[in-house]
Amino acid sequence: MNTNLLMIALVFWLGAWALNEFLVRLTPQNQTIVKAINLFVPVLFGITLLVIWEFVTRGLNVSPILLPPPSMIWARILVSLHILWADFQQTFLKSVLVGFFAGCSSGFLVAIAADRVPFLKRGLLPIGNFVSALPIVGVAPIMVMWFGFDYQSKVAVVVVMTFFPMLVNTVSGLAAASVMEKDLMRTYASSYWQTLFSLRLPAAAPFIFNALKINSTLALIGAIVAEFFGTPIVGMGFRISTEVGRMNVDLVWAEIAVAALAGTCFYGVIALIERKVTFWHPSVRAGRG
Amino acid sequence: MYERMMNSKLMQGKALPVLIIIGLILVFWYVMAVKLNTPWQLGVYERAGVTEWTNSQFINDTLNQDRPVLPSVHQVAEEIWNTTVLKSPTSRRSLIYHTWITLSATLLGFTIGTILGISLAIGIVHSRAMDKSMMPWIIASQTIPILAIAPMIIVVLNAIGISGVLPKALISTYLSFFPIAVGMVKGFRSPEQIQLDLMHTYAASKSQVFSTLRWFAAMPYLFTSMKIAISISLVGAIVGELPTGAVAGLGARLLSGSYYGQTVQIWSALFMAAALAATLVSLVGVVEKIVTRKMGVRT
Repeated sequence: MNTNLLMIALVFWLGAWALNEFLVRLTPQNQTIVKAINLFVPVLFGITLLVIWEFVTRGLNVSPILLPPPSMIWARILVSLHILWADFQQTFLKSVLVGFFAGCSSGFLVAIAADRVPFLKRGLLPIGNFVSALPIVGVAPIMVMWFGFDYQSKVAVVVVMTFFPMLVNTVSGLAAASVMEKDLMRTYASSYWQTLFSLRLPAAAPFIFNALKINSTLALIGAIVAEFFGTPIVGMGFRISTEVGRMNVDLVWAEIAVAALAGTCFYGVIALIERKVTFWHPSVRAGRG
Repeated sequence: MYERMMNSKLMQGKALPVLIIIGLILVFWYVMAVKLNTPWQLGVYERAGVTEWTNSQFINDTLNQDRPVLPSVHQVAEEIWNTTVLKSPTSRRSLIYHTWITLSATLLGFTIGTILGISLAIGIVHSRAMDKSMMPWIIASQTIPILAIAPMIIVVLNAIGISGVLPKALISTYLSFFPIAVGMVKGFRSPEQIQLDLMHTYAASKSQVFSTLRWFAAMPYLFTSMKIAISISLVGAIVGELPTGAVAGLGARLLSGSYYGQTVQIWSALFMAAALAATLVSLVGVVEKIVTRKMGVRT
C-alpha cells in the first residue's frame, strides 16, 4: 500500500470538488463563460474519476486482473489498435449499423401502415408495448442458430431489438399533431399523404428521434451480446468473452473503451441531427439560450 | 342487427384486434415451422427409407421433431408444462428453479438500483455542483453498451471469491439506476413554484419540503421509471448468467440450449422470461395503483 498515492487522489478529489462548487456558484453575465463553465464542470468530474481510479488502484496495489489503472488500459489500446479496429469493423460497421437501419426503417414503415389501417393499430400497439418490455436479447441464440455465426445473425438480433421501440414511438408520435392543425390541413383540402409529410411526420420527429436514441444503445448491446453465443474469431463481444477467460483484463477494458466511444459518438450524431431537424421544439430552443 | 352492433363494438375495442393479430402470428408460426423443418424431415425419411407419405403425416412429423429449427407452439407449451408442473421446483431440471435464480438476482439488483437511483436524484436536486457535474455522465453512462462489461464483472468477482447472486445483481443495478435517477430528478423538480412558495411561507426547511412535497410529487415518476427499470434489470440478470458457463438461471438455459441445439429448451426459457417480465411490470403497476389510491388519486 502506498499512502502517498492515496493522499494525492484524496487531495485531487477534494480540490476538484471545491473548484466545481465554486464554479457553479458563479453567475457571469457573459454567455460564453456560462457555456464554458457548463462544459468544464462535468469534464473536471470525469477527470477526477480517472485520477482517483488511477491513484487508488496503484496506491492500494489492486491486482491488474481485478481492475487495471487507466494508464495501463491506454497503453494497451495503443499497442492493439489493429485488433480493436478489426473488432470494431465486424461488430459496429457490419452488425450494428446495418441492423440499426433495417430495424428502424421497418419499424417506421409498419408504424405508417398501422396509422393508415386503424385495425392494425389497435391490434399491433398493445402487442408492441408488451414486447418492448420483454428481454428480447434472449432471441440471440435462436438467431445465431438460424443465420449462422457471422454478422448476419447479429444483424437479425439488432433488427428485432430496434423494431419495437421504433414502432411504438412512431405511432404515438403520429398522434402528436393537434386537432386544430389537422383541421387546418383539411381546409387546405390536403390528401392523407400531404398531411402526413407536411404536418404529422414533422410533429412526430421528436418521438422518432427518441426511438433512434434508445435504439442506438440497444443495437450495440444486441450485437455484442449476440456474439457471446458464437462468432467467427473477431468481434467486440467475442474478444470480451475470450479475453476475460484468459485474464487479459486490460484488453477487455480497451475493448469496452472502444465500445463506449462508439456508443457515445453514435448517440451524439443522432442528437446533432435531431437538433437540426427539430429546431422548432421547445427543448431544443431552450438549449440555444 | 344486435349482433352486428356487438361486432362493431368489439372491433372498436382493443381485445378483438389483438386476438386476431395473435391468431395470425400463431398461424404464421406454424407455417414457418413446417417450412423451416422440412429439409431435416426429408433427410429423416430418406435415411429411414420411407418413400411415401401423406401430407398430414408429413406436417405432423415436422411439427414434432426432437430438435426442430423452429419448434411448434405446442412443443414449447408441452416443454414448459413438463419442466414446471411435473418437476419438483428444487430439481435442477425444473424451469421454476432456473426462473427463481434469475428472479432473485433481478429483484436484488432492482432494489439496490432503485435505492441508488433515488439517492442520486436527491443529491442532484439539492446540490448544483452534483447536478452540473454528474448529470451529463449519468446520461453518457447509458450510451455505453454496459452489458459488454457483464462477463468481466462476473469472472473478475468470481476470481476474488464473490460468486452467486451478487455479481449478476450488480449488473442489474447498473442498468436499473439510470431510469430511476433520471425519472426521480424530474419528479423531485415537478412541484410547481406556487407549491414551493407555499412551503416557503410555512418556513419549511429543505428536508421538510422534501418529505412533505417533493417526495409525493415524484411518486408517478417513480412508478413509471420502476416499470422500465425492472424489465431491464431482468435483461441484466439474464445476460449476467451467460458467461458463468451455463450453471443455473434462464440465461444459462439459453446458453446450454444453444450449445446442444436444444431449440425447444431455448424457446421455453424465452417464453418463461417473457412471462416473468410481464408479471414483474404488472406487479409494479398494481403497487402503483394501491399507492396512488392511498394518496387520494381518484381515477
